Formats: sequence, structure tokens, C-alpha cells
Amino acid sequence: MDPKTLKYTASHEWVKRDGDIATVGVSRFAVDQLTDLILIDLTKSKVGSTLEAGSSFGEIESVKAVSDLYAPVSGEVVEVNPAVAENVQLLAEDPYEKGWLVKLRLTDPAQVDALLSFDDYQKQVMDSPH
Amino acid sequence: MSGDLSLQTPLHAWHSAHGGRMVEFGGWSMPVQYTSINDEHQAVRNRVGLFDISHMGRLVFEGPEAESWLERATTNHVAKLAPGRIQYSLMVNDQGGALDDVLVYRMLDKGLRMVCNASNRGKVTDQLNAIATAMNLDPLTRAGDHTKTTAMIAVQGPKSEATLQRILGTPLGPIGSYQLCEGPIIAGPANGAHAVVSRTGYTGEDGFELIVPSPLALPVWETLLDAGREFDILPCGLGARDTLRFEAAMPLYGHELDESINPYAAGLGWVVKLNKGDFVGREALRRFKTNPERTRIGLALEGKRIARQGCPVRFDGAEVGVVTSGTFSPTLGRSLAMALVKPVVATLGARLAIDVRGRDEPAEVVPLPFYRRP
Repeated sequence: MDPKTLKYTASHEWVKRDGDIATVGVSRFAVDQLTDLILIDLTKSKVGSTLEAGSSFGEIESVKAVSDLYAPVSGEVVEVNPAVAENVQLLAEDPYEKGWLVKLRLTDPAQVDALLSFDDYQKQVMDSPH
Repeated sequence: MSGDLSLQTPLHAWHSAHGGRMVEFGGWSMPVQYTSINDEHQAVRNRVGLFDISHMGRLVFEGPEAESWLERATTNHVAKLAPGRIQYSLMVNDQGGALDDVLVYRMLDKGLRMVCNASNRGKVTDQLNAIATAMNLDPLTRAGDHTKTTAMIAVQGPKSEATLQRILGTPLGPIGSYQLCEGPIIAGPANGAHAVVSRTGYTGEDGFELIVPSPLALPVWETLLDAGREFDILPCGLGARDTLRFEAAMPLYGHELDESINPYAAGLGWVVKLNKGDFVGREALRRFKTNPERTRIGLALEGKRIARQGCPVRFDGAEVGVVTSGTFSPTLGRSLAMALVKPVVATLGARLAIDVRGRDEPAEVVPLPFYRRP
């Protein structure tokens, strides 16, 4: 997947939209900043449950810190990636393909358009102290 | 980050130029890691790693009453410290709470030195000055702060002796644990420089700590990296320093120790010599010896989530203590924590629960240290 075609949040999640389905993951930048990933906990994301944009849908734990994962858009959880919950290294190796986290059926597909473009996200990352 | 008021060690520019992710720690800008904490951790456990620890406070004592001054200020028995030896010790307040954990050095010329934590240097100096005034010390007795005029580098890991010996003109073989020597650097651009070398560290591995004049820190650092190349030496940051000391169950000030924690609760009763004569905090410590109120324990979690400082510890639903440090142990491959708990639950094998961000994680009381070197 070409990261340039994805949409992003300031909290480093990415979204890919196919019709009314949104695939959600975490950016390469975030993965590189965290380093030393221990686990990804997606127990909050149950298939059939509904996530509100901005709500926490899981947590990602590294040696340094634990971070909440935030739903970039609202929608019903239709799939959770079992492989990444099993082996968090998939996320470190391939955050845009094998490391996807959840798929949502969008409540309002227009929410995706309001997210950051790749260029805007890059700009934000460059400007932020890290 | 630039533009803040953090102090910089003489190796700061090197860290920044070599991928060091700089963070503020104890008032200093220090590298938390260069690559991954896990890789740096494994380098020290299996080979050798290099740490800039120049942020640690370094005090040099002078004058006829230096020993009685330190005897009053610290809990361990300074008079028992032979030349060339080093003692782990504590400074406590009148209530018996830990002001800092320190190393006291007895140099070969019998002079005394102290290495304290960066974040506590001001507090340690203030307490020493207050004691000096109260004791009405001879004016020739004083402590010089050498923190900024010297640098401190730790070489840690099973290949630390082989690495360091290549650049040091004094044999390291006879130097035992918690002993020191002084000698010249004999390689690289710092050739001829004088180093104080101790067999000490904060990793649970064999290792050394060097004190050299600040202007020579960079050439000594680079010469050590050259000397360790055949062992795949890695520069290591504070992240790996923390996971390494954690596995070895060495206390970190601000976590296992602070002014509300007494040495007996922290498992450091062996550093308190109540019968050596008067010292600050002795009366309070006498009481804590019979009732330490809390005990430091090790906990192994069933799951992989990390219990971090401040997580409540429960037994049968009742809160019995708090986590002081926790991480995913790179060596043991599991989530571990240290906690201060009521002594009644501090039984090996006891099953407790740790509240990790609102969700209870089952954990079992296990022996400390988590890791002991082979």
C-alpha cells in the first residue's frame, strides 16, 4: 500500500477507504518513534461494536510507554487483524499492509475526507517536537 | 531538543550526531537510546555496551574531617572503607526517608569521593553543607563539585574488561567488584590521560566506570568504541540502563527510593549501620528496622502488559501497595514489576493483582533480583 494515498490523524493513525469500509492502522513514523514494541491490545475492538471517532479502540505498548489508539472515524467494527494481536512485530515490519489493525463500516464516509493528507501529516510530524 | 535549559555532557554533540534521542533527565540532556532499547540491552548482557553517565554528581572531599563528615551524612560505615574500595550507601533525612543513594569512594591516597544521582546533586550538597555547619567542621574540610570538570563513562558487559584493558595502562584483573584503580589511557588521542576506574555499574553485569577530565571525554569515548569493535560494542542510552538495572533489581531514585521510602522498606537495610555512631536519621531508622511498614517485592505478570510506576497492587480486592517500576524484561521475555507492599502479602508465590490502566492483571510474587549474571 502506498502511504501517500492514505489519510492520517495527528495521533498517527492511518485510514484507507474502500467504499464504506475503512481500514485503520498506525503510521511508520509512530512505529519508528516507539521502537521496542511489546504488544498491541485490541480487546476494546469487538466485531459488531461501534466506535466513535476519537474514542480509544486499543493500546500499543512499547518498553518506553503505552499509548492509546484512537478511532480516526466512526463506524462499526467488521474485522480485527488477529495476526498483529498475535505478533506485534508485524506492525514494526509492515505497518501499512500486514500490520493493519481494524476495519470499520463507516457511519459517515465523509469523515475520511476531513482527515490529514500524507503531505499535511508529514508537515505536522516535522514540526512537532519529538 | 534544543532551546531548553538542560545541562549538556561533553559527549552531547556526539550523541546527537549518532542518532541519540535526547531527553531531559535529572536536569541533563541525555540519550534515551540510539537504536533500540532491546538491542542495546542485549549488547550489555551478551557483549559490551558504553554509557555516558557524566550527568551523575561527582564530589571530591578534602580536609582533616572529611571522614567524620561523611560518617555523619551517610548510613554505611565509612571508617570500614579501605583505600581502593567503594561502598554503596544512602543519605537519609531526619525521618529516615532516602535523600539519595550514593557510592562513596576511598581513593588510594585515602581521599574520599562521592558519586550521587544527577537529580539529587543539589539536595545532597545542601544536606552536606547543613551537616558541616552543625558539626562546626574545620574550614579546610570541604567538598568540591567535579561534576562539570570531569566526565564519567560506563563500560558494561562480559567483554568490558577485555575492551577497557586495551586502552588502560593498569591491569584490571586484580581489581575486584567495588574496587578502584587509577591509571593512564594508553591508546588514541587521549593517550596519557589520567582515569579513575572502578569495577562498578548499574546493569547487573561485570563492568567498569571511568572518570576522566571533561576535555578528554570524547577521545576516551571514541577510543573505547574502537577497542570494543571486535565485540560489537554498542553505545547505550538511559532506556537500556533502566531495563538492565531493573532486571538486576537495583533501585532507581524516584522509583524504589524517595524521601517517603525508608531503606528497610526498599530492601537496603544492609547499607544501614546503626551501631557505627551517630548519623543523620539514625533514630528514625532504628524504628523502621523493627517495622519497615512496607517491603519491596518482585512481581511476574501473567500477561504481557506492562505495570508502570503508580499502578495499584491488590490482594483479594484490597489495595496493598503500589508499583515502583515495571517493564517487559528483554532477558526473561516477560512482564515484570517491582512494588512496595504491606509486608503481610510479601510472600514468594503469593498471587496479587496489579491494576494496569483500569484492568486487573494477575501477578505472582517472585524473588529479586529477576536476573543474576551467570
